[in-house]
Amino acid sequence: MSRAQHIVPSGIVFAVGCWIAWVSFTQQPAEAFLFPRLISAAFVALAGWTFVKALLGWSKVGSGVSRTMALNLAPGLIVSLIYVFWLAKALGFYTATTLAFFVLLSLYDPAPHNEAKTWIKRAIITACFIAVMYGVFGLLLKVYTPREILF
Amino acid sequence: MEFIYYFGDVFAPISFLLLLVGTIGGLILGATPGLSPTMAVALLIPFTFHLEAVQGLILLGAAYTSTVAGGAVSAILLKIPGAPANIATTLDGHTMAKKGEGARALQLSFLASAVGGIFGVLLLIFLTPLLAKWALAFGPSHLFWLAILGVTIIGSLDSASVVKGLLSGCIGLWLATIGFDDIMGAQRFIFHPSLGGGINIIAALIGLFAIPQVLTMFAKGRRNDNIEVIEVKKHAIGDAVRELFSRKRAMAIGTSVGSIIGLIPGVGGQIAGLVAYDQTKKFSSEREKFGTGHSEGVIAAESANNAMVGPSLVPLLTLSIPGSPTAAVLLGGLLIHGIFPGTDLFDNHPDVAWTFINSMLIGQVLMCLFGLYVAGLAAKVAQVPQCVMAAVVLGLSVFGAYSVQSSMGDVYVMASLGVMMFFLERFGFSAAPLVLGLILGPIAEANFIQGSMIANATDGMGTYFLGGALNLVLIAIVIASIAYSVVMELRQNRAQNAEVTA
Repeated sequence: MSRAQHIVPSGIVFAVGCWIAWVSFTQQPAEAFLFPRLISAAFVALAGWTFVKALLGWSKVGSGVSRTMALNLAPGLIVSLIYVFWLAKALGFYTATTLAFFVLLSLYDPAPHNEAKTWIKRAIITACFIAVMYGVFGLLLKVYTPREILF
Repeated sequence: MEFIYYFGDVFAPISFLLLLVGTIGGLILGATPGLSPTMAVALLIPFTFHLEAVQGLILLGAAYTSTVAGGAVSAILLKIPGAPANIATTLDGHTMAKKGEGARALQLSFLASAVGGIFGVLLLIFLTPLLAKWALAFGPSHLFWLAILGVTIIGSLDSASVVKGLLSGCIGLWLATIGFDDIMGAQRFIFHPSLGGGINIIAALIGLFAIPQVLTMFAKGRRNDNIEVIEVKKHAIGDAVRELFSRKRAMAIGTSVGSIIGLIPGVGGQIAGLVAYDQTKKFSSEREKFGTGHSEGVIAAESANNAMVGPSLVPLLTLSIPGSPTAAVLLGGLLIHGIFPGTDLFDNHPDVAWTFINSMLIGQVLMCLFGLYVAGLAAKVAQVPQCVMAAVVLGLSVFGAYSVQSSMGDVYVMASLGVMMFFLERFGFSAAPLVLGLILGPIAEANFIQGSMIANATDGMGTYFLGGALNLVLIAIVIASIAYSVVMELRQNRAQNAEVTA
């Protein structure tokens, strides 16, 4: 793992620590920020030390994110984020989950894409999963989820 | 002997059904590589929200017990430990399976797990009330230091880097302060409306434990693992029972090592299994057979990792210090029902406390009985492709986080924390101390504020928080755990540098 891969995350954590400390020591009423002040002092000290270690090249822990890993991860992460932050509310939980589940299966299933059998299998797995989710959350636990389109 | 009085409650129809579901489901989840016991218990928490406190805890306790034992199935039949606690089982268990002794290895593993597990729960039954009474002597300053101790001990012992472990604990403690302050009603760190009520503990638990696993599966890409399952041939259970009793030394070492390690917060089942395996090998007259498919190796490892389950709950149920990440998730399960561990639990909710503990005792027997039959099915489930598993866990996480308060804000918090944790883990941070900080943060803050009020009216902050024998003992343990971890880390770095130079 390159030194930059240590420096960037530890720098972000250090910056967050400084921001927490600044908010804790400047906001009022002081009594409400007594504990955050204590925590933020320890936070800044530890984050500062981690950042200095990263700058000096002493950080050794962690496997980092390789290029292959990032390329593998990107489609799944993007689909998941769209599903959670937009589709779930826009289309309704069950419709969005069906779509996201099927797309994720299609993206990561190692079976060949040019066989009709593969697509039928993916559709059956998706349908079974949604049926179980509806049975458990919709019927058994009676959780009222956002429903916009169809279901 | 109060626990005997509540034994019958475990057999109430719904409670017993949940115990069965938790046990069988836990065995299958435990056998599935990539699904850790902590994640399995975290995903179950939203379901317990809809149940009574005692029923929810029975489900979580059964899942905790059986996921640890279920991990042996994939360790033996697939050479993939279902959980880190089963690493030592792989050493001899898989070799036995390759020799055509898979059924014998599985039977010995479940029998040893049950014996170790029952001993561990008995320890929990007899130690907990004694410690809970002792906890009565604790004032706000002691409870504050105990909460800090819980975070630092897991931060220093459960992480590859002490500084990053402690920093993870600090992140958790800070996340716990988000929302409205309890005393002054002031807004703290609310930079999005969904954070107004603070961070929901269940959403956070799901996000921190489940989402990084989902992303790790995605990061492997379109991979065909081609897991080969070894076929299990029939083996008489009577022979396995006789063999277990002829290997008393392995059983005794495994059980005692697991129980002692379980009592130490932060050490965990992985260490218990490996230490028990190593010690049994040292004391065995057949030490040359270890690693070649020797039954003593399986018995020692499995009795140890299940023996630690009960004792790991002792510090949780008495002092609110979870002994392991899974115990931290169980603490979350208690808190959502408004139940606080310690004297409150045993004085005001003895039915909840004792029925839960008794269910873990009966759960060990059920786990042994069903384990022998479910092993084949569990090994098949372990073959489910990672892409299906990742999509299932993602869907369950979204529905689970939403179902607690019917809030989309919780889903956003769950996803954000999960993605953040995935990347933090890649750079050496760990989820366990962060979760502990998040759970113990409110306890630490409430006692810090209460203590500072008492201190201002009496001797001052310094004397109140840093004086007194008990405070000094707790501070000494905090410093000792950090110092020990720093020394171990430095030694490890030196050894690595020496290897590189050589």
